[in-house]
Amino acid sequence: MTRSNLFRLMLSAALAGTAVQAHAVDVEVEVQNLTRGIYFTPLLVTAHTPDQSLFNVGEAASAELQAMAEGGDISGLETAAMAISADMVANPAGGLLMPTASTTATFTTADTNTALSIVGMLLPTNDGFVGLNSWPIPQEAGTYTVYLNAYDAGTEANDEIRGGGAPGAPGMPVPPPLEDLIGTGGSGVTTTINNAMVHIHPGNLGDADMMGGQSDIQNTVQRWLNPVAKVTVTVTE
Amino acid sequence: MKLSMLRNLAVVGMGTALLAACDHNDNNRNTPEPEPEPVMLTYEVTIENISAAQPLSPVAVLLHGEQSLWQVGESASAALEVLAEGGDNSDVLATEGTLATESGSAPVGPGSNESYQLTVSDEQAAYLSVVTMLVNTNDAFTGITNKALSDLAVNDSMSMMLPVYDTGTEANSEAAGTIPGPADGGEGFNAERDDADTVSYHPGVVSSQDTLPDSVLMAEHRFDNPVARLIITRVE
Repeated sequence: MTRSNLFRLMLSAALAGTAVQAHAVDVEVEVQNLTRGIYFTPLLVTAHTPDQSLFNVGEAASAELQAMAEGGDISGLETAAMAISADMVANPAGGLLMPTASTTATFTTADTNTALSIVGMLLPTNDGFVGLNSWPIPQEAGTYTVYLNAYDAGTEANDEIRGGGAPGAPGMPVPPPLEDLIGTGGSGVTTTINNAMVHIHPGNLGDADMMGGQSDIQNTVQRWLNPVAKVTVTVTE
Repeated sequence: MKLSMLRNLAVVGMGTALLAACDHNDNNRNTPEPEPEPVMLTYEVTIENISAAQPLSPVAVLLHGEQSLWQVGESASAALEVLAEGGDNSDVLATEGTLATESGSAPVGPGSNESYQLTVSDEQAAYLSVVTMLVNTNDAFTGITNKALSDLAVNDSMSMMLPVYDTGTEANSEAAGTIPGPADGGEGFNAERDDADTVSYHPGVVSSQDTLPDSVLMAEHRFDNPVARLIITRVE
């Protein structure tokens, strides 16, 4: 009788302890560019409700995703994310994320924002992007690792030659330092979009001719094999 | 009255627990038990080459304390450069602080596998590193480093797929005379560093049948991730 009372006391103390520990989840998201020679444009790192997404493989890209994938412009996606009360960090690297460099975004998620998405354009490409789509954020404290693939937005032919980044403009945007790293005078690899839905990027072709050939991409440096990014998520309560 | 009895009981209860802990310490102090016999742990490590035409150089397998033999984004060590440019694993195997090492007896060809057994005592937590060169490349390697094994119980096994890394110490020219494997028979290690000088994931090889006319490599020498499968089993 006395003993069972004691147990009850201890139990309620334990429960009280648990209740005190339960509060908002802090998320630290480290993104590392794993590639030899591909640059990531400003990333959008966002936690949102699981019923939302920035992109879906097999579906057409939104206009906002297209602007990101063709020109690295994440402002449209930011506005869309704000409209759904997502938690986000835009452009954590403060510009391009260089090959093998890392950047970290830290935020506290609202209770319902349990899905993590990340996007950023790949340079040099026409409309390639690194993506994470609605990854369920673990609610248990710990460190988790996810590897990301390269996607093709399906909105622009992969001609692999110098051009513009505005939606619909042909060719690749070449901001510094890309303007000095890629070739010039390529005739263009293709004018065709084979799959207008978001899909796994077929990879850069490139060529060995910096002054001509079919592509302005350097074939030995600016190709990649998946995965292209490592994401380390640290969840604390 | 009842409440205070409860409190007393609780205090006594806590005291007992504390005393019990003290007793344990005292026992250790007064009549030291003999050091527990170190338990020997034996791990079997198997690597399978799942590439099309990239033999893997004699594999270096190391158990060591917590340390990484390479890191994406960092400059490669000289020992790793020697292995990844020329397939010579001796410098990597001579890494300081190892608990046990094994060397592959010969290259592991495509479709083949090789197993190694390493034994260490449980006195220090063991971490595994495995490194091998894709010999028909300039400086590509695969492997794993600083993999904690302490969670493995006897007969537990884990399996993982390995990506291809670019050591970043030699340009991926694929040119005649620069590749030590059978596709070329060219130079292995060269101390000059004429590439990014940063370990990264490998962009893949191009080959002469693709868009690199001066390459000695052919379509079959191309690879994708993963390139190898690693199976680690604690057998003792």
